[in-house]
Amino acid sequence: MVDLNIELGGLHLKNPVLTASGTFGYGLEYADFFDLERLGGFIVKGTTLEPREGNPYPRMAETPSGMLNAVGLQNKGVEHFATEIYPKLEALDTEVMVNVSGASVEQYVATAERIAQLPAVNAIELNISCPNVKQGGMAFGTTCDGAASVVKAVRKAWPRHLMVKLSPNVTSIADIAKAVEAEGADSVSLINTLLGMAIDVERRRPMLSTVTGGLSGPAVRPVAVRMVWQVAKAVGIPVVGLGGIATAYDALEFIMAGATAVQVGTCNFTDPTTCVKIIDGLTEYCERHGVNSISELRGII
Amino acid sequence: MNTTKEQRILRIERKAVLPSGWLHLVLVDPDGAPMFNAEPGQFVEVAVDRAKVLLNRPLSIYNRTEQSLELLVSPVGTATRALEEYAEGDSLRVIGALGKGFGIPSGKVLLVGGGVGIAPLYYQMRRLLEKGCEVEVLFGMRTAPDDAVCRRFSELAPLHVCTDDGSAGFHGLVTAHPVFTAGNYSMIQMCGPKPMMKAAAALAAAAGIEAEASLENMMACGLGACLCCVEPTVKGNLCVCKHGPVFNIKELQW
Repeated sequence: MVDLNIELGGLHLKNPVLTASGTFGYGLEYADFFDLERLGGFIVKGTTLEPREGNPYPRMAETPSGMLNAVGLQNKGVEHFATEIYPKLEALDTEVMVNVSGASVEQYVATAERIAQLPAVNAIELNISCPNVKQGGMAFGTTCDGAASVVKAVRKAWPRHLMVKLSPNVTSIADIAKAVEAEGADSVSLINTLLGMAIDVERRRPMLSTVTGGLSGPAVRPVAVRMVWQVAKAVGIPVVGLGGIATAYDALEFIMAGATAVQVGTCNFTDPTTCVKIIDGLTEYCERHGVNSISELRGII
Repeated sequence: MNTTKEQRILRIERKAVLPSGWLHLVLVDPDGAPMFNAEPGQFVEVAVDRAKVLLNRPLSIYNRTEQSLELLVSPVGTATRALEEYAEGDSLRVIGALGKGFGIPSGKVLLVGGGVGIAPLYYQMRRLLEKGCEVEVLFGMRTAPDDAVCRRFSELAPLHVCTDDGSAGFHGLVTAHPVFTAGNYSMIQMCGPKPMMKAAAALAAAAGIEAEASLENMMACGLGACLCCVEPTVKGNLCVCKHGPVFNIKELQW
C-alpha cells in the first residue's frame, strides 16, 4: 500500500494534490465529476474584503499550450463566502483553503480575520502575486519588502497555516521566498501566472481587454519546475508547486524538484477529472518503482 | 429532469459534410448507454485532441434523443476545422450538458437563427411543439443554406429563410422579414451573431415582446469556475457558461 499522506507545515493531507485558486471555483462546480474528498485539499477562488466585478470581457485568450487570463479577482467578497459558501464546504473531509487577496495591507488583514472565524478553514493562501489587478496583488509580491510587509501583518491576524503564493515575475523568486519565510509564512506556493500578452493581428487589437494578462497551462511548466527547485533549496518551509500540471508525471517533476504538495490549475478546465487521475497515477508510479511513501521522492534532484 | 454534468467518451455514429462545409455529427455512447440528459439551449464542451489546442470547445446541442447527441458545426477555427478530420467510428471526449437553456413560453414562439446559430433552435423547436406551442422559424444566412438543415425544420414547422445576397428566400435581414415585423408572437428565442440578436432584441423590447438570446462568449472551463466568459448584466458580470448561454434580454446590458 503506497502512502500518499503528507505533512504540510502542521497540516495533514491525505495526498499531495490540491487545486489552484481560480481554476476550481468553490469546488462545488466540480462535484458532479468526482468525489471532492479524494483531494488532498482545494483552494477556493481569490477572495477579497469587498465584492469585485473583475475586468471587462474579453478576459481570456488561448495561446500555444496555455492560456492568458485577466479575470481580475471577480468574487462576491469574504462575507458572501463565509455565509453562503462555507456552510456547503465545512463538513467535507478534505482541506478547504481560501485564497486571500487585497488592494492594501489592511484589506488582506481584515479578510484573513473574517476567515479566521471559520473553524474548518485550516489554511489561507495569501495572493501577493495576481498580475490582473491595478492595486495590490502583484505589486506586493515583486519586492522583498512589499511581500514581507503583507505577510508580517497577516501573520498577526491569522492563527493557522499561512501559505504565500509567489509571483514568477521577479528577478529572484528565492529571495522573495526567504523574505516571507522570515515573517512567519508556513509554506510558499509557486508559481502564479507569468505576465504575458497576445495580439489579434487581423483586428490589430490586444486579445485581452487589459492588454496584458497571466499565462498559465503546460506552457509555463518548465519555468515553474525550475523556480520550485530554486526555492526549495533556499527555504526551510514546505514548497507547493504549480504550473501547467496535467498528469502524475508532471506532478512528480515538481515533487522531485522539492515540492511537498502540488496544485492543479488550468488543466482542471480541459478535463474536470484531472486531479483524480493524478492521484491514481501517483499511486501507480510508486507501486511500479517500489516507493513506499511519496515523501521519499521529494527533492531528490 | 436530472441535470447532473458528466464527462463521457462518445463515438461518432454518423458524420456528414454538408455542401456549405458545415459538419453534422451524430454521437452515441459506445456501450449503448442512454445519452445524458440535456435541455434545449444547453451546450457541451468537446475535446478536439487532434487540433492540439489546450481548451475544449463549447458547441450547442442540435438535437438530443434517448440514444444520441447531434452537433451542427461551422468549421471556422483551429479546433472546429480539426473536427473535419474525425471519421465515423472515432471517439470524442464530451462534457455535458452545460448551462441554462431556453424557457418554455406559452403562446406562439418565433425562433430566430443566424448562421450556424440555428443549431440549438432545432432541439428547442421539437420541445416547443411537444408542449403544444405554435412555432415559426426565421433562418438568416449570408447565402443559401443547406437543404439538409432546412428540411429538418420545415418538416415540423414553417421555416422562412433570409439571405444577405438574395440567393434563397427573403433578400434581407431577419428583422426585416414580414414574419418578424408582423409581431404576432409572445416570445422570440434566438441564437446567432450578436449584431443580429441586438437588433432583434431592440425591436422586441420596443414592441413589448419577450425575448431570449443565446450567447457564445469565449470560455475556458464551461463550468462556472474560471469566470472568463462573463457578460455584463443587470446582476453584474455573469458567466455565460453557467447563468446562460440563454439570457432573457432584460438581463443583458449590451
